[in-house]
Amino acid sequence: MQSEHERRELLIATIADLLDGIRHVAVGASSPIPAAGAMLLRARNARDGKPPVRISILGSQRHNFFTNGGIELFDCAAQGRVDAFFLGGGQIDGEGNINLVGTGDYPRTDVRWPGSFGSAYLYHLIPRVILFREEHSPRVFVPKVDFVSARATTPEVPRRGGPYALLTNMALFDFDREAGGFALRSVHPPFTPADIRKNTGFDYAEPEVVRETPRPDGATLDLLRGQILDELAETYPAFARSMTQAA
Amino acid sequence: MTEIVALEALAARVESGQSLAVPVDRSGVAMAATAAIIADGIDNLHLVCVPISGMQADLLIGAGAIKTLETSAVSLGEAGGAPRFGAAVRAGSLTLRDATCPAIHAGLVAAQHGVPFMPIAGIIGSDLLEVRPDWKVIDSPVGEPRKVVVVPAIKPDVALFHAPEADRAGNVRIGRFRELATMAYAARRTLVTVERIVDRNLLETEDSAAGVLPSLYVDAIAVAERGSWPLALWDEYPADEAEIARYTAMARSEDGFRAYLSTFLSHRKQVA
Repeated sequence: MQSEHERRELLIATIADLLDGIRHVAVGASSPIPAAGAMLLRARNARDGKPPVRISILGSQRHNFFTNGGIELFDCAAQGRVDAFFLGGGQIDGEGNINLVGTGDYPRTDVRWPGSFGSAYLYHLIPRVILFREEHSPRVFVPKVDFVSARATTPEVPRRGGPYALLTNMALFDFDREAGGFALRSVHPPFTPADIRKNTGFDYAEPEVVRETPRPDGATLDLLRGQILDELAETYPAFARSMTQAA
Repeated sequence: MTEIVALEALAARVESGQSLAVPVDRSGVAMAATAAIIADGIDNLHLVCVPISGMQADLLIGAGAIKTLETSAVSLGEAGGAPRFGAAVRAGSLTLRDATCPAIHAGLVAAQHGVPFMPIAGIIGSDLLEVRPDWKVIDSPVGEPRKVVVVPAIKPDVALFHAPEADRAGNVRIGRFRELATMAYAARRTLVTVERIVDRNLLETEDSAAGVLPSLYVDAIAVAERGSWPLALWDEYPADEAEIARYTAMARSEDGFRAYLSTFLSHRKQVA
């Protein structure tokens, strides 16, 4: 049985792999696992002599090199200077559309979530948007979202941005922009492809043989448990503390 | 000329029925002034969150001060969902104008430039276009032929924020929180609370002037020490996470919210 701590380490290492090759990644506020994944990629690139990685953490004073106010991230994305970003969703559907507004009929939604934030815009403009939602259940992964905060594909307008992958507590999916849907890439042990099918409310493509999501190797774990937790503690002290205690 | 007034006199310049622009938590939220506005019994406000809000919006909603809410999100961050916002949505007591962050910035920039609308990238395909009939998709009249979204100018009656310091002439230090300047350019009136008023001229050197909003755009200033509490003020004090968590727990019920609000208002009076 996989511990909570091992589960988080696998997610962080998987995010670092998904970000491989990018130059600038932006991370939303209150996203310690994506931030840790970005920091792991940065540390690994520095170690291996690969190109440096810039990380912007929204709402952080230290991990924020912007000087032109709240609009600069959005302008930066429009100029093609942000390569990767993370979005979640109270609901995510099989076409990759996300709902950050609520369930039921707008405006008097049954459950109201905070709101769309920058999603409606950034989904069009950032090439590698990683959908990250830990809860993997049919209430999150629905056939059709009740409200489209941001649409994944829009053939009627040219765009460089959109979903790249979907990472959950149970599995990793690729997003196929041509087909407009997800394909299962790997399952996190101990889950099976049947577990994923049972807990996903939308249809997706599945290869004949589904791989297991690789566990992080020893060198990656050393970086993660040392340098990354130290860096993370500046912005997410509670999260870094809980990871350190579990180790 | 920028007037330097008492906190209550500054808050009294906000009138029922006006549109009021306020910044995101990290940029400097005028919480002391918000308490004074609630104490004055102001209502029917159109709150424009630039581009999102948290406890300030939730307090104003719970107190019944808001008729229309224009925002990209309301969230208390780590503490969780905004309880009075959620309750008001369920009750149908708010007119919602859901937005996306850069569209609010774009609307303010249109007002800053004195033009009726601003084109903006993305958004096409979002249901926001269904619930915001004031946003339009047009064929770009110039350049490559393509669809583009346009959003109307946002011209708030009042912009309200909190900053570390102002000088005697009314110049306000805003650091790199440039959205505060955009709000002030766009608004008819700008009201600012500060931790302190300094004797030196903030425009004296290029270095000091770079992060300053000139008094031209500032109508009134009031001193409010710890004026963002329990939210953070950049370079001055961190957020009081325990207080925000206490609010979040109490505001889950209407009675709990009333109890919190009454303590919050009397606490602010004692500080003032």
